[in-house]
Amino acid sequence: MKKSKTYLTLFWTFFKLGLFTFGGGYAMIPLIQAEIGERKKWMRTEEILDIVIIAESTPGPIAVNAATYVGYKVGGFFGALFATLGLVLPSLGIIFGISLFFDEFLQFSIVQSAFKGIEVAVAILILNAGLKLLKILKKDLYSIITLVLIFVLMIAMDVFAFDFSSIYLILIGAGFGLFLEALRKQPKKEEKQ
Amino acid sequence: MIFWQLFYVFFTIGLFTFGGGYAMIPLIKSEVVSRGWLTEEGVIQFIAVSESTPGPFAINIATFIGTEQGGFLGAVVATLGVVLPSFIVILLVAALFSAMAKNRYVQGAMNGIRPVVVGLIGATGALLVLALVWTSFPSTQSGTFNRSGLVLLIDLATLFFGYKLIRKKSLHPIALIVISAALGILVYGL
Repeated sequence: MKKSKTYLTLFWTFFKLGLFTFGGGYAMIPLIQAEIGERKKWMRTEEILDIVIIAESTPGPIAVNAATYVGYKVGGFFGALFATLGLVLPSLGIIFGISLFFDEFLQFSIVQSAFKGIEVAVAILILNAGLKLLKILKKDLYSIITLVLIFVLMIAMDVFAFDFSSIYLILIGAGFGLFLEALRKQPKKEEKQ
Repeated sequence: MIFWQLFYVFFTIGLFTFGGGYAMIPLIKSEVVSRGWLTEEGVIQFIAVSESTPGPFAINIATFIGTEQGGFLGAVVATLGVVLPSFIVILLVAALFSAMAKNRYVQGAMNGIRPVVVGLIGATGALLVLALVWTSFPSTQSGTFNRSGLVLLIDLATLFFGYKLIRKKSLHPIALIVISAALGILVYGL
């Protein structure tokens, strides 16, 4: 297959994914599996499962990480570029369009009432996301202490209007994780947890 | 200069958020609210917009704030900023160290970060709930108890978690948003 055709197909595949996936990254993995794995046979199933591990262990939105990774595996640097561009363009176009009239839209009193209800829904969705992550979190001593500490700290900071970027909290967490891993002995093959 | 600032802030967001989706919300919220680009309420409203439109939340909010602050060019710059860290890091991982993501120290750092992220999301949700029920939260003075807010919260939470319990799957976020909008109009009037 000609290279330019590969780029175009990657662009178009991720453009469709960007246009039709609601709810972000994880919703995209089965679609990537169907399109890139089964239809195009560009990647094997194990490689597609690797996407999840890699996308989670690297910063940024899952969907962007997945697009860049698949693009690179299939078509090198330009493959990555076209896949990522394809993914981003629908969002950019749609949200740009919405932004132009969003503030005027919010002026209507019916819209304001609706949004008061919607705020409650968003609070529930955020709590639900937190619960889902809590469920899959490894519950060792470090995790539980850190989780409770961060929770209390964030609420206290909000009450006392104290501003401290959560970036530092994430970096401190990474530091502790590295430190604990360094303390642990090199894992032996037979020992599992 | 606003374009440089947009790029810089969203680049930082792209570089320091792990887990994607809702895991990115606490950081995005604190960065854009502290710069006065959006109010807390604005962030919440935009989460609903983003749930109802396709595409990743981080890209959607970068485009939105970019447009509000700097027009179309602002949107492009902010979106580029949020995408670039992913792009560079993933290229490095895919090209040079495919084993890197499975390295024990990388996994160690991730194990360190995960509970922080869960704590941040939990606190974000809890603070939102408190603000819904107590009108001037977090300020301790002259707040009033918001009865309608509490009623809406109980109704929607019962619907959402009840559905999850009975049907063993989550109610679609867009369905919840539409129902909550209708209830909002019912409670707070046209």
